[in-house]
Amino acid sequence: MSIIVFVEDWNNLFKKASFEAVSYAKSWAELAGTTVTAVTSSGAADPAALAAFGADRILTTTLAATPFGMAQQLATITNGSAGMVIAGTSLGRSIAPALAALSGGALSTNTTDTPSSVSPVTVERGAFSSKGIETIELIGGLPMVSFVPNSVGIQERAGEGLVENLDATGTDLLRITEQSIASGKVALPEAEVVVSAGRGLKGPEHWSMIEELASVLGAATACSKPVSDIGWRPHSEHVGQTGIQVNPNLYIAIGISGAIQHLAGVSASKTIVVVNTDAEAPFFKAADYGIVGDAFEVVPQLVNAMRAFKAGQ
Amino acid sequence: MNLLVCISHVPDTTAKINFDAAGTALDATGVQFVINPYDEFSLTKALHLKEAHGGTITVLNVGGPETEPTLRKALAIGADQAIRINATPTDAITVAKELKNHIAANAYDLILCGQESIDYNGQQVPAMLAALLSLPFVNACVDLAIDGSAATATGEIDGGHSTYAGALPMVIGGKKGLVEEKDLRIPNMRGIMTARSKPLQVLEATENDAATRAAKFVKPAAKSAVKLVDSVDELVHLLHNEAKAI
Ligand SMILES: Cc1cc2nc3c(=O)[nH]c(=O)nc-3n(C[C@H](O)[C@H](O)[C@H](O)COP(=O)(O)OP(=O)(O)OC[C@H]3O[C@@H](n4cnc5c(N)ncnc54)[C@H](O)[C@@H]3O)c2cc1C
Ligand SMILES: Nc1ncnc2c1ncn2[C@@H]1O[C@H](COP(=O)(O)O)[C@@H](O)[C@H]1O
Repeated sequence: MSIIVFVEDWNNLFKKASFEAVSYAKSWAELAGTTVTAVTSSGAADPAALAAFGADRILTTTLAATPFGMAQQLATITNGSAGMVIAGTSLGRSIAPALAALSGGALSTNTTDTPSSVSPVTVERGAFSSKGIETIELIGGLPMVSFVPNSVGIQERAGEGLVENLDATGTDLLRITEQSIASGKVALPEAEVVVSAGRGLKGPEHWSMIEELASVLGAATACSKPVSDIGWRPHSEHVGQTGIQVNPNLYIAIGISGAIQHLAGVSASKTIVVVNTDAEAPFFKAADYGIVGDAFEVVPQLVNAMRAFKAGQ
Repeated sequence: MNLLVCISHVPDTTAKINFDAAGTALDATGVQFVINPYDEFSLTKALHLKEAHGGTITVLNVGGPETEPTLRKALAIGADQAIRINATPTDAITVAKELKNHIAANAYDLILCGQESIDYNGQQVPAMLAALLSLPFVNACVDLAIDGSAATATGEIDGGHSTYAGALPMVIGGKKGLVEEKDLRIPNMRGIMTARSKPLQVLEATENDAATRAAKFVKPAAKSAVKLVDSVDELVHLLHNEAKAI
């Protein structure tokens, strides 16, 4: 009756959200008085490393290529277990509902905390694009949680760390013909710091200062919807109610007015900084810190100040 | 092609969200409902596919009578017929099972959903539906091409894209990119008039076993007033010492 956690790797290295997933499973297992079983790819570099975050058993298997195949494999492993945790990365968001459909359907996605109770399993999740917080009870079938990366954090708590290999079958219904991932960039959903800019920047040629600030901070870059609609930035950077929803520790919004649809995707950020020439911009009402000023003056200064700060660390 | 577009009926993006006194459901007073924005991209893609390959577009919603104006709007945009499965959607698995029962009894070539409903932000129904039917599924779908009974679909993955090839029928969770924003259609007068005479069929629900229960809804705590600062040095200082954000 272990808590099972799926541990994603990319190019044989664990993702940050994967350590968070094991930490999540450990918190749940402590409440339920049980152990943590991690499932990962047999190609993953160092499965035993998961023990530091609470994994008692680590099952390695040759994973299927697509989310559905992986969900079928996980279904053979979760049978009879006490619960299942998957990080809400893009892969996790495709696997979790497929697995849920195969195991009763009791899934909370967009989850933002660890269970407050295990009878029934009760968690909080974001709803109505962060305009509401829902307390949800998982009442039928295998209780499953997919959590928002960065929402619960990584904790080091030792588990037994026994590594075993396991055969599990899953069928891929699709063939992957091409995969491309921008290297060296911080992925938006997992980013701890996000530097985002809007139409106030006037044109795509002015994004170099945004990218510079992001690189000094180790941040991901994002943009408002009109900016991606006009093609100044790729669609994949569009955040908001109809774009990617983020909840970093720090969200810096430059030249973005703060329309309700934009705020809906970013208001869960722990700290929000706004730079805008217009003191009346609605974003200031949702911000923790603000500078009323011209981005073309403030951002280069901020790059220098942050660089000096990082150098002194 | 026999195309199915699954439509969810959601509060408009500008809606102020409030919950009822018991805190167990949305207070819909004064809330304007619309076609889920993600589903609009899928509906427009269906129109493009119909224009290229011929066929019929059915729009389907699992919901109460209050969702019919939303289905009529989809008809006015260009769908040929609408179906409402009469149920109060309690959770994703019940909706997915209702959709599955209907789809299993009808020969659809392609099932287009949206990536996510902007009300409960579940991002669950399409993948559940595909798994229940053992059909291929592509989430966050930003490109789709059909060639006979084969499909090529591209989905966003963290930091990039993945392209898949497979056989129809297939389920997709669409979003901006599947078609462009400028391609989205708004109903014109003629569309609205003809929508009135297009069929809207009501089917009775067959599933009622929810696997989750919404125990309570609250609104997030209000932010305290913004601290305006004059210099970037002060900002860096506050972010480090006060907010502990850097
Ligand atoms: C159905 C629907 C869904 C939507 N979904 C989203 C969504 O998911 N995400 C999203 O972002 N939007 C979304 N929108 C659009 C949203 O309503 C706003 O139009 C959009 O967020 C505005 O983008 P912006 O702030 O970049 O541009 P603007 O509103 O034009 O604001 C630009 C800001 O820059 C400031 N500025 C100008 N010059 C400077 C300067 N030199 N230095 C500093 N500041 C400057 C201005 O004062 C202004 O506040 C949606 C709209 C609809 C109808
Ligand atoms: N009640 C419903 N009726 C029809 N389709 C739905 C319903 N709920 C969700 N869907 C479809 O599933 C997609 C994702 O919804 P969700 O899983 O609720 O985020 C939506 O964009 C719709 O295409």
